[in-house]
Amino acid sequence: MNIALFFEQLLNGLQLGMTLFLMSAGLTLVFGVMGLINLAHGSLYMIGAFCCAWITKLSGSFLLGLLAGFGGAAIAGVIIEVIVIRKLYKRDHLDQVLATFALILIISEGTSWIFGSSPLYLSIPSWLSGSVPLPEGGSYPIYRIVIIAIGLMIAYGLYLLITKTRLGMRIRAGESDREMIAALGVDIRTIYTLVFALGAALAGLAGALVSTLYSVEVGMGEPVLILALVVIVIGGIGSVKGALIASILVGLVDTLGRVFLPSLLALFISNDHVATLSASLASVLVYILMAVILAIKPQGLFSIHD
Amino acid sequence: MISTPRIMTREKIINTGLLCLLCCAAIAAYFLDQGYYVNLISRIVVFAIAGIGLNLALGFGGMVSLGHAAFFGIGGYIAGISSQHFLDNTDVLLGLSGTNQMLTIWLITIIVNAVLALLIGLISLRTTGIYFIMITLAFAQMIYYFAISWPSYGGEDGLLISERNQLFTIATDNELFFFLICFSLLIFFLWISSRIIHSRFGAALEVARMNHVRLATVGINPFPIKLVAFIFSAVITALAGALFADLNRFVSPDMLSWQMSGEIIIFILLGGLGRLLGPVIGATIFVLLETFIGGYTEHWKLFLGLFLLATVLFAKGGLMQIIAGKKQHE
Repeated sequence: MNIALFFEQLLNGLQLGMTLFLMSAGLTLVFGVMGLINLAHGSLYMIGAFCCAWITKLSGSFLLGLLAGFGGAAIAGVIIEVIVIRKLYKRDHLDQVLATFALILIISEGTSWIFGSSPLYLSIPSWLSGSVPLPEGGSYPIYRIVIIAIGLMIAYGLYLLITKTRLGMRIRAGESDREMIAALGVDIRTIYTLVFALGAALAGLAGALVSTLYSVEVGMGEPVLILALVVIVIGGIGSVKGALIASILVGLVDTLGRVFLPSLLALFISNDHVATLSASLASVLVYILMAVILAIKPQGLFSIHD
Repeated sequence: MISTPRIMTREKIINTGLLCLLCCAAIAAYFLDQGYYVNLISRIVVFAIAGIGLNLALGFGGMVSLGHAAFFGIGGYIAGISSQHFLDNTDVLLGLSGTNQMLTIWLITIIVNAVLALLIGLISLRTTGIYFIMITLAFAQMIYYFAISWPSYGGEDGLLISERNQLFTIATDNELFFFLICFSLLIFFLWISSRIIHSRFGAALEVARMNHVRLATVGINPFPIKLVAFIFSAVITALAGALFADLNRFVSPDMLSWQMSGEIIIFILLGGLGRLLGPVIGATIFVLLETFIGGYTEHWKLFLGLFLLATVLFAKGGLMQIIAGKKQHE
C-alpha cells in the first residue's frame, strides 16, 4: 500500500463525508424538530445543482452559481413546505414517506421536462483548479479541499446557530416540546418553515458544490439521499453532532472500502471469485455498518430522544 | 366481531366485480388478437400480487417496509438465474442444476425468501417507526448494490430470459395461458390473505398494529406475530417477482431498487391501505396511468406523483374508501 494513495483516498472520503454532512444536517434537523421524514431532500440537492449549473452558464461566474444553488434550493424549500410539507407534520410516517416520494416524482419529471434528459457538465473555475502537494509525492485538487473546508465551516456555523442564538434556542425548544413553545407565544409555523428552508439551502449548496465533480442530471439526488438517510440513522435521528460524525464515518468507510477492501482481501485469498466478491462487498459496506450499529444501538449513536 | 353487513356486502360486490372484469377483459383482448393488452392485464395482476404481499405487513400489520423490492427482485432473479443455467445446461452451484419448471422455481423462491425475511425481520423488527423504514431500506439497498456489482448475472444490464419457464407442459408463451397462471395465483393469494386476516393470528396482528402493549397484556408476544406476518408478506411479494421476470422475460436491478419498493407501497395506497383488494385497484390505476398517460408523454410519473400526493393529502382511504365506504374498526 502506497502512502500517497492512502492520503488521497482519506481526503476523498473526507470530501464525500462533508457533502453528506451538508445533506444530512437538514434532514436530521427537519426530523428532530418537526418529526418529518423527507425523502424529497435529494430533489432539493438536485435543484441546487441545476440552479448552479444554469446560473454559472448564464453569468460565467461560479460564485454566482453557488449562490444560486443555495438560494434556489432555499426558495424551493419554502414553496414545498408551505404547499405540501406543512400538512404532513401531524401525519404518520407512511404518509410522509409517500407524499415526499410523490414530490420526488413530480420534481424529477418536472426538471427533466424543463432541462431535458441529457446531463449538464460544469468545469471547475480556473481560480479553484490546480492541486496542492501531499507528503510522499502525491498531490490533491484544491477544489476538493475547498469543499472540505466549506463543510467544516458550515458545521461550526450550525453549532453556533443552534447553541448560541435565539433562533437556535427556539429550534431546540421546538425539538423538546412543541406545544410548550407555541404556548409561550413563539410562532412555531415560521420556525418550521425557516428550519426546512435552511435544510433545503444546505442540500442545495451540497448539490452546487459537487456540480463540477459529477454530471448534473435528473436522479442525481437519490443515491446521495439514501446515503444521507444511512448517515442520520447511524448518527441518531435529530442530532446534528451525530450527523457530522456519522457523515465522516460513512464517507471514509465507503471510499476507503472501495479502494482498499479488494486488495486487503487479496492478501489472504487470491482468486477471481474473491475479487468480484470483495468488489461487491465494498459497495454494500456502509449498509453493513449501519445494520451492525443499529443491532447494537437501535437508536443510533447520538440519539436526542434517549 | 361485530360487522356492518351493508358495507361489507358492497365491498364484496365490488371485489367480485373487479376480478371478473379483469378476467373477462383479458379473455376478450386475447380473442380480439390483442396480445399486448393481455400482457398488460397480466402486469396488473402481478403487481397486485406484490401489493397483496406487502399489504399483509403494511396494511394489516402496520410495518412500513421500504424494502420489499428486495424480495420482489430476488424472486425475479431466481427465475432468471435458474432459467439461464437450465438453457446453458450448467450448474447453479454445488452440482445443483437449473430448471425451467415454474413449480420448482416457486418452491425455491419461497424457501430462499422465507429465510431472508426471517433474517431481515429478526433484526429490523427490533426497531420501530422511522428506524424500521430505514433499516428495511438499507437491506434492500445492500442487495441492490450487490446485484449491480456482481457480473455473472448481467450486473447493471440485467438478465434476459430467452424462454419463459414452464408450468408442466403448458405453453406459457401463450399470453392467455400465462395470464391464467397469474390470475389463479392472484385468487389463491387473495384467499390466503383473507384466511390469514380472519384467523386468530390475523386478529392478533391487527391488535399488534393498533396497540401492541394491549396485545402483550393479554399474553401474546407481538414480536413473533409480526415476524411471521413479515415472512408471509415477503414470500408472496417474491413469488410476484418470479412471475414478473417471466412476464417480461427480463430481470434487472431495477426490480430491486428502492423506487420499486415505493411503487409497491403505491399500489396499496392508491387502492386503500389494509383492504383486501386495495392492491388490485391500486395496481390497475398504476398500470392504466403508465400505459395511457405514458403513451402521450414520457413524463407520466409527474402525473403519478400528483395523483399520489392528492391521495395522501385528501383521500387517505384510497379509491376503495370512496366507492365502498370506510373500513371497519377505523
